[in-house]
Amino acid sequence: MRRLPEVLVIWVPLLLSAGHVVVFTAWTTWMSFTPSTLMPASGWVGLRNYTSVLATRNWKIAFDNLLLFGAGFVVLTTLVGLILAILLDQRIRGENVLRSIFLYPMAVSFVVTGTVWSWLLNPGIGIQKLMNDLGWTTFRFDWLIDRDMAIWTIVLAAIWQASGFAMALLLAGLRSVEGDLIKAAQIDGAGPARIYLRVILPALWPIVISVLVILLQFAIKTFDLVRALTGGGPGLATQLPALVVYDFMFQRGQIGRGSAAAVLMLLTLLGVLLPYAAWKYVQRRRAANA
Amino acid sequence: MAALVIRDVNKRFGPVDVLQGINLEIGSGEFTVLVGPSGCGKSTLLNIIAGLEKQTSGSVEIDGRAVNDVPPRDRDIAMVFQSYALYPSMTVRQNITFGMECRNVPRAERDAAVARVSHLLQIEPLLNRKPGQLSGGQRQRVAMGRALVRDPKLFLFDEPLSNLDAKLRVEMRMEIKQLHQRIHSTMVYVTHDQIEAMTMATRIAVMHHGLVQQFADPETVYNRPANLFVARFMGAPPMNTLPARLVAAGSGVNAVVGTGDEQVVLPLPPEMAGFAGREVILGLRPECIAEERRRFGEDVEPLMVEAPVVMTEPTGAETVVLLVLGGERVLGRLSPDVRLRPGERGRFSLDMRRACLFDPKTETLIG
Repeated sequence: MRRLPEVLVIWVPLLLSAGHVVVFTAWTTWMSFTPSTLMPASGWVGLRNYTSVLATRNWKIAFDNLLLFGAGFVVLTTLVGLILAILLDQRIRGENVLRSIFLYPMAVSFVVTGTVWSWLLNPGIGIQKLMNDLGWTTFRFDWLIDRDMAIWTIVLAAIWQASGFAMALLLAGLRSVEGDLIKAAQIDGAGPARIYLRVILPALWPIVISVLVILLQFAIKTFDLVRALTGGGPGLATQLPALVVYDFMFQRGQIGRGSAAAVLMLLTLLGVLLPYAAWKYVQRRRAANA
Repeated sequence: MAALVIRDVNKRFGPVDVLQGINLEIGSGEFTVLVGPSGCGKSTLLNIIAGLEKQTSGSVEIDGRAVNDVPPRDRDIAMVFQSYALYPSMTVRQNITFGMECRNVPRAERDAAVARVSHLLQIEPLLNRKPGQLSGGQRQRVAMGRALVRDPKLFLFDEPLSNLDAKLRVEMRMEIKQLHQRIHSTMVYVTHDQIEAMTMATRIAVMHHGLVQQFADPETVYNRPANLFVARFMGAPPMNTLPARLVAAGSGVNAVVGTGDEQVVLPLPPEMAGFAGREVILGLRPECIAEERRRFGEDVEPLMVEAPVVMTEPTGAETVVLLVLGGERVLGRLSPDVRLRPGERGRFSLDMRRACLFDPKTETLIG
């Protein structure tokens, strides 16, 4: 078989995808400095779009929600993933089957996850109804329509979706810990808990950091899950930045402000990814010097 | 008194018998080396001694106490691993004291122990570093330190030098031997390197196919190998093994190797006269075949043979020569100033006093 010239194989797709990202990022950034409303318009308004977005109640709530959702989702997903990984690491029977089952949610679209959980959590048709029908008539599980608790339904669904992914990465990490280390710790007299806490988990933390960062950027980008599960409600209780962007751009016809909100999201993302990249760089330098 | 007794130990992984009826009795203060090719079961045996694996049947006693159901931490052992197995997130000091930490030894006692061991191994400047910042030799020392700090009844070494380069390996080999001479602990050392086994051991257990082929001091293993496997495995270059017929000659006996023009007749020591008439495998160490002028003792009349040279391998200290004797290829070790070319016929001096005879069917040593 004749091989395609490498220019075609590497550079064309790279230029297409990079160009796509760069061009639209640049375009959005430009739009955020223009007075665009329903249609893109040229002109220069400085930071006016930014100040007005930052001043809206919508954005403030969305950002507060993001902090809560991001922290809850990232920490709990990693924790659940770690527990699943440790349990699966006990050389149990049927590990492959279980691993696939835990990973399946990752293959499901966020919209599907959101829709299914919206049914499950709907007090009128979901878990509450089931328990009530089974005879536990005082059972209440109505977070979905509770302003204070609704954000946790998003966390719950997102954990369900992503913890298998965290588990897969962490399990690979656990398996890569050298067997001799565990033997040495056994001879040193460490019990299973101490072996995990002092020997295995410390060896795992580069993977934990990677998992945290990947999950955090999931969290910042979250849109479809919320859209399908709560639509941002009740009221603004589960509003997230991506929904604000969508709201400005396509519901209210304020492309300038929507773009400003999108750029703010990008900056948040960079706030996570740049320190991570710097950390990776330092690590690689240190490894190269060692 | 026996520090370690292994009795009828079997280990089976599914359909594979990894160990078949291992019996060893190791005295206090002995340096025992388990040696054999990969897959012979030596590491499995070590893991069973350590309690990291459970034997299918049989028993292990450490210092007179049966430890079959005792977990590794309560067996009073220390182990050094091939990969060193240093905890990467801990400093050297923490690595060394982790065992004491697990046993809740008071801090003052831990510090004293670290001071003693780090002085012994000269790793004081490394105590606050992490394993990732150490060279291979330094890691090796720290791994030794972690074992030594415990003052256990039994030291186990699992190929601890295999990951070092050749020069460092020789240095560490000598250091471990000196260490043993100084602290007189009981040590069990696993290696596939027969030179390590010969140089360090007080007794060698040669293993193959899950069986102990021979368990004896290095000199016996080398000079009187129990069977053909041991003869060919120990020693580099290995022992020459040639099929031979034993023919009575007067009161003595001759080994006849080859037929027709290639036939060579080698007179054997008189104590082997009883084997006349048998077919055997004749074993002769390469150092028993030397250049013409070599004498193997003042009152020994050397046996001279003429043989064609196939190849020479100068190593500097000596020259290994591949020659044909009675149609069989054999190796000899010559003084480096003797220069023979491939294709030439040379005269060689043979030392038949150290010949071994093996039964061709059972492959065991008979004389």
